[in-house]
Amino acid sequence: MTTPKPKFAMYWAASCGGCEIAVLNTHEKILDVDANFDVVFWPVAMDAKYKDVEAMEDGSILLTLFNGGIRNDENEHIAKLLRRKSQIMVAFGSCACEGCIPGLANLSPVGDIVHTAFNTLTTDNPHEIYPRTSYDVPEGELHIPKLAKILRPLDDMVDVDYYMPGCPPESHQIAAVIDLVIKVVKGEAELPPKGSVIGVGDSTVCEECPRTRNVKTIKYFKRIQDVAPVDPDLCLLEQGIPCNGPATRSGCNARCPSAGAQCIGCYGPAEGVIDYGARLITAFASVIDAQEPEEIERILDGIPDPAGQMYRFNLAGSLLKANREAWKAK
Amino acid sequence: MTERVGVYVCHCGSNIAGTVDVVDVANWAEEKLAHLGVVVAREYKFMCSSLGQELIEKDIKELGLTRVVVAACSPHLHEKTFRTAAKNAGLNPYLVELASIREQVSWVHTDKAVATAKAKAVISGAVSRVIRNEALDELKVPINPNTMVVGGGIAGIQSALEIANAGFHVYLVEREPSIGGHMAQFDKTFPTLDCSACILTPRMVEAGTHPNITLLTWSEVVNVAGYVGNFHVTVKKKARFVNEELCTGCGICEEKCPKKVIDDVFEAGLGYRKAVYTPFAQAVPKFPVMDKENCTYFQKGTCKACEKFCPTGAIDFTQEDQLLHIDVGNIILATGYDLFDARQVSNYGYGRLPNVFTSIEFERLSNAAGPTNGTIVMRDGKSTPKSVGIIHCVGSRDKNFNNYCSVICCMQGLKFAHLVHERTGATVYNFYIDMRTAYKAYDEFYQRVLEEGTLFVRGKVAEVTDAARYSNEKGKLIIQVEDTLAGKQRRIPVDMVILSAGLQPRYDAKDVGKLFGISCSTDGWFTEKHPKLDPVATMTEGIYIAGCAQGPKDIPSSVAQGAAASARVLDKILQKEVALEPVRASIDKDSCSGCRICNGLCPFNAISFIEDDHVSDINPALCQGCGTCVAACPAGAISGTGFSDEQIMAQIDGLLMKNLEPEIA
Repeated sequence: MTTPKPKFAMYWAASCGGCEIAVLNTHEKILDVDANFDVVFWPVAMDAKYKDVEAMEDGSILLTLFNGGIRNDENEHIAKLLRRKSQIMVAFGSCACEGCIPGLANLSPVGDIVHTAFNTLTTDNPHEIYPRTSYDVPEGELHIPKLAKILRPLDDMVDVDYYMPGCPPESHQIAAVIDLVIKVVKGEAELPPKGSVIGVGDSTVCEECPRTRNVKTIKYFKRIQDVAPVDPDLCLLEQGIPCNGPATRSGCNARCPSAGAQCIGCYGPAEGVIDYGARLITAFASVIDAQEPEEIERILDGIPDPAGQMYRFNLAGSLLKANREAWKAK
Repeated sequence: MTERVGVYVCHCGSNIAGTVDVVDVANWAEEKLAHLGVVVAREYKFMCSSLGQELIEKDIKELGLTRVVVAACSPHLHEKTFRTAAKNAGLNPYLVELASIREQVSWVHTDKAVATAKAKAVISGAVSRVIRNEALDELKVPINPNTMVVGGGIAGIQSALEIANAGFHVYLVEREPSIGGHMAQFDKTFPTLDCSACILTPRMVEAGTHPNITLLTWSEVVNVAGYVGNFHVTVKKKARFVNEELCTGCGICEEKCPKKVIDDVFEAGLGYRKAVYTPFAQAVPKFPVMDKENCTYFQKGTCKACEKFCPTGAIDFTQEDQLLHIDVGNIILATGYDLFDARQVSNYGYGRLPNVFTSIEFERLSNAAGPTNGTIVMRDGKSTPKSVGIIHCVGSRDKNFNNYCSVICCMQGLKFAHLVHERTGATVYNFYIDMRTAYKAYDEFYQRVLEEGTLFVRGKVAEVTDAARYSNEKGKLIIQVEDTLAGKQRRIPVDMVILSAGLQPRYDAKDVGKLFGISCSTDGWFTEKHPKLDPVATMTEGIYIAGCAQGPKDIPSSVAQGAAASARVLDKILQKEVALEPVRASIDKDSCSGCRICNGLCPFNAISFIEDDHVSDINPALCQGCGTCVAACPAGAISGTGFSDEQIMAQIDGLLMKNLEPEIA
């Protein structure tokens, strides 16, 4: 019997499951994970119970990839549990790093979110029935997780060792990180400093973007479907398409702009940037070519959803985290 | 290494101590900020006094302070004082921070408890920041001893002469064909009634012939690059179509030119000039310019009368605009003002009622060299007015137009009253809101005009109309006004109305400001560095302002400012080199993605794009540390020395008292 393999866990909190797909999308690399690690907990891939994890010794899991933000008390419980059991906790994917799309719910009070979910056009709810967090049945009391006031990124709740952004992280980056960890386990490499953002480039998307860039003078913003034809070789921002590439960390090989769509910012802020949206707003504002306030207003009106444009992935991880109504909700 | 911080709380007499418990603040800082490195906190009556400074210097030397926080006034006032004090004691001046507890605390609060708590917060922020400050060294660059003066009115002429007389070269740029400015259009100057031309033209000639002055008239600055000591200016010398080397200024071309054009610049539309012309007889330089839009040859291809008759063959129809590249160390902007367009006050009827005149029209009418040789006549060119109404504050002190007082209009109105009275014997009414005759010998002039029998009506004129209601109003202009002293409405019929129009910023002042990297006030005048203590400098080092470009003023003040700006320039020239603030932006080349967002933003043209590396770069000598690019860089790749995110966030945490030790907080 050789020495036991180091233990690996992966968990999904408030997320869509795309991060798990991205891990599986590393193709045969996943076999390396299996070969080198003992996968002890990965709800999407194998059956396991929380109580099994609770029974593990603290620090017994070497590596946990935690995806999803913290939206309810179950997310919070498991985040804290896995933190205690893990040596290396990675905030994996945009949700865990900075809240991502579920974080946009921080623009609404939690009551409104529930109300909306149970009263959509396709949801017939004539008796105004809403979920309760506890319910008595003959067998005892049942619980469902309680929604928190706002969604929080993982590091608002627990200490995080590394961040791996992306919605989802690119598979080639995941593969590279897996390779690195395996090397570390074998003693062939060293871990980066705690707190590092891994599986990314050191600049922003523009660096990897093949499009030609010039001095920018923006006279209008348009949604990409309203620009015809889109110049295939010219910087999208210069064509008036609000592309988040300038503010978004590199590492994805500029997938979206290369394919003709604007960057929407899933890799999050560049190194050292405190507030992604604020950076992007000042950048866009700086290159608007107008002097008169009315003209500036007109140009800015070309961005139909400013919060969604500037903070699509980063709202919960921004300085403000949520709007006033969400903060004040009971 | 833990820093050793000294905190100095200034009473500023009672300015701060009256609202902030300075003793409590100092004690608090020494105790509660000790974990951040505060080893001493003192309060003193006037930190900026030499005794106060010595206190700091002594502590730096004896207590080995490595950082200093002075809680006093705004950095605008005394940052330099305390930095110098630190320097004298051997501490890098950039390791000193000012916490503004006067402008931002004591002056804006009345509750002592609240103000004291806020002062603590501001100091706490400054301490958190200062321990993250870096020692910086000033950059020294040599100063080009040449100067450019933009605008050849009396302020610009004065500036140019002062510097030229001190032995340094000046480029005097004027966009009109001649220097002289508005003063050349006037007949008399208040309050002494000196002949304007008689006192101005000798200065013009002196400027025109001075060996140290290069006169560039019919020229405009089109680009400015560089920074204090090393400006690179591009001047467009518009084609005169007259060879200045050959022209003797004999005037034959002008005499022979068959094309008459209404002169709406110099003669304010009251007279004619030719298509090739000098704006007035004493113009400097003497060379005429050809007005291409009105020249028969340029428009129709035939004529060339001027060329045929020119005795020296100086006419050159092939001349083209030239771009001159001139390097200078300092620039003085004396670009003057535009007259308020009285048409905007439609109820006064200018442009609609023929016998309503503007102030500049009246200046030309009364000028001995003007279209009527100084005879004051009505619009028909022959009748002498028997009664004249002079309306003050036209376009000034009026929230519909300009809120400010144009300074000169009262005295101008009085001067007009005197001239009308003297030359026509007409009855003169002056309509004023307030009579503003400050400055030397001005009020005496007012008394004189009063004694001459001019009638004064205090009230803002509502309307000038030719719609007669009574028989004595027929054929007259009726001035409808509330006489606020008599307390009644009056209708005063007169033959002629003169609108004492106010002064306005040049129509292109904003563009000119942008060109030279200086700002304009909300009214549009160039903004001085300090309204009281630095009225001719601007926030851009090496750019000075003088005369009406800075705000409305009379001739003596314009001349004084012209001279003052020159003194500032001479000071710079004689220092031979200039120490530039080391607060500069720099780009981390690894983080820069080459997105080029910043490329067009730098007001000092310090940012360039390196095509080979696909990154942007900042020239530290050109950068003025304004921070525009730092804010704009979406990648966070640009940082400003002295203003790093770390420093700013630490300061914010300090302000929020998040930097206190947990058991204290």
